[in-house]
Amino acid sequence: MTNSIAEVVDADVVLVLGSNTTEAHPVIGAQIRQAVKRGAKLVVAEPREIPLVEDAHIFLKIKPGTNIALLNGLMHVIISEGLYDRDYVENRTEGFEDLWEVVQDYPPEKVAEICGVDVEDLKEAARLYAQADKAPIFYAMGVTQHSTGTAGVMSISNLALLCGKVGKYGCGVNPLRGQNNVQGACDMGCLPGDYTGYQKVANPEARAKFERAWGVKLPEKPGLTVTEAVKAIEDGRVRCLFVMGENPLLSDPNLNHTEEAFRKLDLLIVQDIFLTETAELAHVVLPAACFAEKEGTFTNTERRVQRIRRAVSPPGEARTDWEILDELMRRLGYENNLGSPEETLREIASLTPSYGGFSFQRLDREQPQWPCPTPDHPGTPILHVGRFSRGERALFKPAHYVPPAEQPDEEYPLLLTTGRILYHYHTRTMTGRNAELNRIAGRSFVEINPADAERLGLQQGARVKVKSRRGEVVVDAVVTDRVDEGVIFIPFHFADGAANRLTNDALDPIAKIPEYKVCAARVERC
Amino acid sequence: MLKLTIDGRPVEVSEGTTILEACQFLGIEIPTLCHLEQLKAEGSCRMCVVEVEGVKNLQVSCATPCWDGMVVQTKSERVVSFRRLILELLLANHDTDCFNCPATGRCKLYQYAMEYGVEGSRFVRFKEHHPKDESSEFFNYDPSKCILCRRCVRVCNDLQVNHTLSLKNRGPDTWVGLPFDKLFKDSNCVSCGNCVSVCPTGALTAKAAKSFRIWEVTKTRTTCPYCGVGCQMDLLVKNGEVVGVEPAHGRANPGILCVKGKWAYHFINHPDRLKTPLIRKDGQLQPVSWDEALDYVVEGIKKIKEESGPDAIAGFSSARVTNEENYLFMKMMRAVVGTNNVDHCARL
Repeated sequence: MTNSIAEVVDADVVLVLGSNTTEAHPVIGAQIRQAVKRGAKLVVAEPREIPLVEDAHIFLKIKPGTNIALLNGLMHVIISEGLYDRDYVENRTEGFEDLWEVVQDYPPEKVAEICGVDVEDLKEAARLYAQADKAPIFYAMGVTQHSTGTAGVMSISNLALLCGKVGKYGCGVNPLRGQNNVQGACDMGCLPGDYTGYQKVANPEARAKFERAWGVKLPEKPGLTVTEAVKAIEDGRVRCLFVMGENPLLSDPNLNHTEEAFRKLDLLIVQDIFLTETAELAHVVLPAACFAEKEGTFTNTERRVQRIRRAVSPPGEARTDWEILDELMRRLGYENNLGSPEETLREIASLTPSYGGFSFQRLDREQPQWPCPTPDHPGTPILHVGRFSRGERALFKPAHYVPPAEQPDEEYPLLLTTGRILYHYHTRTMTGRNAELNRIAGRSFVEINPADAERLGLQQGARVKVKSRRGEVVVDAVVTDRVDEGVIFIPFHFADGAANRLTNDALDPIAKIPEYKVCAARVERC
Repeated sequence: MLKLTIDGRPVEVSEGTTILEACQFLGIEIPTLCHLEQLKAEGSCRMCVVEVEGVKNLQVSCATPCWDGMVVQTKSERVVSFRRLILELLLANHDTDCFNCPATGRCKLYQYAMEYGVEGSRFVRFKEHHPKDESSEFFNYDPSKCILCRRCVRVCNDLQVNHTLSLKNRGPDTWVGLPFDKLFKDSNCVSCGNCVSVCPTGALTAKAAKSFRIWEVTKTRTTCPYCGVGCQMDLLVKNGEVVGVEPAHGRANPGILCVKGKWAYHFINHPDRLKTPLIRKDGQLQPVSWDEALDYVVEGIKKIKEESGPDAIAGFSSARVTNEENYLFMKMMRAVVGTNNVDHCARL
C-alpha cells in the first residue's frame, strides 16, 4: 500500500476494485464501513455482489476480466469532463498525451457495454472519485490475477496519478496483500530477480555487496518464478524442489498439470506444520513450528513491520523454520551462521536500506513502516510524497483492454471466477482444523445465477459437475443473483471440489501471475 | 496546556483531554464499565463519576473535558456512595450465580462489587430475563448477565459496522437483542467475536471460556497469522496450550479482530500437527530422526547439484513464515545452493 490502513476512516470517497474486502481482509473491510458510516461514499467494482455492496453508493457489477476497460472508461470521463488534477499532471507526471492516446478509445458508452454496467453509474463513479479530496483505491487479486494483471495495476496507478491522489494523505494505490507476510517474503528477496529490499540480482553492485557480506560468489542468472519452475520441472530442467510453508498442490492453477509435474521430481522436500496435499507427495517432510511457537517479524500490507512472539512450544520434535534452515546451511557447508532470528534481522537491516531502522528492541516499542533507513527514522506512512522512486515525475503507463485468455464458447459457455470466503483461509490447512468453521462452511460450492440454474434444471443445493478444459470438480450449487447470468464463482479453499482443477494457467507476461479470476467453464447435473 | 488538580495532585494536560484520561495519566484508577477507548465516550454507566469543585452534580469523567484550574476528587465519600448505588442498581437485575459463570475472575461487575463492598442489592428484581442464545458456533449469550453497558452494541455498530446487536425496547424493558429477535446463527452475525472481547461481564462469553480462569493464563502479544492486515492480538496460554485470543490495539486494527483471528487458533494444538521428520520408504512416508532427515536432504541436494548444476534445484519460500526465515531461505538458496531459483506464492 502506498498509504496506511487507518487513513481510510477519514476518506471522502473509497474506491474498491477486485477486492472482497469484508471477507478476505475483514478488519480493513470494517474500517471502510466505518468511513461510510462517517459519511464517505463507497464505489465498488466487482463481478459479484460481495457484502460490501450493501454499503456502496455505486456498484459497478463488471464482467470478469474487464478491469482495464473500466479504468480507462473512468479516466475518459475524468479527462473529457476536465475533472483531472491539472497542476499535479503538469508538475508531477509525464506521458499524459500517451495516456489520452489510449484512453480516448474508451468512451463511457463503449465501456459500459464491455463491462456490462450502467453508463450513468460509470460517469458518476468517475466524478465522485475525481472530485473527492481524500479517496483511496483498494484492490486485490481481482485486479492482479489476470493475464493482464500488471497492466491492470498500472491502470489503477494511472487513474490515481491523473487525479493527483498519489503521495497524499487519505489517498493512494492500495493493494491488499492476502497473506500475513507476503509483503515480507517479497521484501526479503524471495523473488528470482531480487535480493532484499528489491535490490536487483542483475545489478553487479548489489550482487557484489551481498557477495561481500555473505563471503561467497553468487549466481548471476535470474531464477525461475513459481509458475515457471513448475514448467521447468515438467521439462526435467528442475529435479529438486524445496517447498517451505506452501501448498502449491492446492493453490496452483491447473492443478492436474502441477500434480503431474511434481511426480517427476527426483527430490521433493516439504517443510510445513501439517501433512498438506503437497507434503503427501514429498520424499522428505520436515516438521515446522507455527507462528505461536517462534520469534520473528511479519510485514503487513501497509509495510508495517511487527513482531511475533513465542507463546507455546512446538509439538513433538517440530522445530522452527529458522532452526531447520540454519542447521541445513551448516550441513551444506556454510560456516558463517547467524545466532538467532534477532541477529538475522540485524543482518537484514545492515544489507537492506528500507529495513535499516528495524531491530527487535525497537519493534517491541513501535512498529514503523518501511522505508525506515535508520534507527531514528520515523518510518514512512505515505509513499511518493513530493518524489517518486523513479525521480521527480511519475510516468503514465496506459494499457488497452485485452479480453481474458479464455473466452466462453459453445462447449464452455460460462465464465468461472474464483475467490475467498470469510470463514476459510487459503488452502484450509489452518482453518480446516476448526470444527466450528467447518460446520459453518464445510464444503465447496458454485454460485450460479437463477437464470442459468433454471436452464440447467438445477435446484438450490444440488450436486453439480463443473468442467473446464483442464479438469472437473463436483460441488454444491448455490443458486443466487450475487453472480450475473453467464458467470459462476467457486471458492478456492477446498481440496474436495478444488477450483484450481479448473483454473487457467495462462500467465501475465510480466508478473507471471496466473489468470485465476477468469476461465471458461460449463456446469452439468450430476 | 491546562493546569488542574486531581486528588490533590497537580497535572497539566492539553485542551480536549477528559478527566478520565488525566486520571489515567496520573495512574489514578477510575472504575469504568461502558468506556471503550477507540470510541467517543458514552457516559452511560456512570461508574466513572467524580466530584468537581464548584459543580453541583457529579460528573462522568469519561465524557467531561478538563478545564484550567479544575479541582477534582475521585474518591470522595459522595463519589464512593454514588458508585455503590450504581452497583446495587446493576446487581438488582444481574443473575449473581457467579459460581457457574464463565466470566468468573474477569468480570468487572464482580470486581467493583468486591472493591466497593457491595454484597447485594436493596432493590428487587422485577423483570424477566430474555432466554439464552447458545446458537453461535463460537460464543454464548446470557441476557441475565447483561448490565446494558452497550459496549457490544457499539463495537458491533461503530467498529465492526455489522449492525447485528442493538438495544431493544425502552426503560426497564431495555435489552440487547438482534433484529426480529433472531438467534445469532440465523442473523447477519459474522462471528467476529468483537462483542465477546469487550463484554465486561458473563453476558457474552466464548464457548471455550469455561476451560480456563483468567488467572491461569499468560498473555503473549503477537501478530495474527492469517491475512495481510497484520492485526495485533494476545494469545491466552494455559498449560502450554493456546486457549483463546484477545484483540489488542494495533496500528492496523482498532482493537478488533475477524472470525479467523479471534477463533481459528485450534490448528496450533491440533493432533494432526507434524511432530517428527518423515522420509518416503517403500512408497510410504515414515518417521525418522532429524539427523537422518537432514542428511537425506543434504545428500540429495548435493547429488543433484553435482549431476545437473545448482539451477536444477528450486525453492518456494513462504508468505506465511517470518521475515527472518524468508531471509534465511533466500540466503540458503543463493549463497549455499547457488541458484536464484527462489520464489514464493505472492502470485497465487
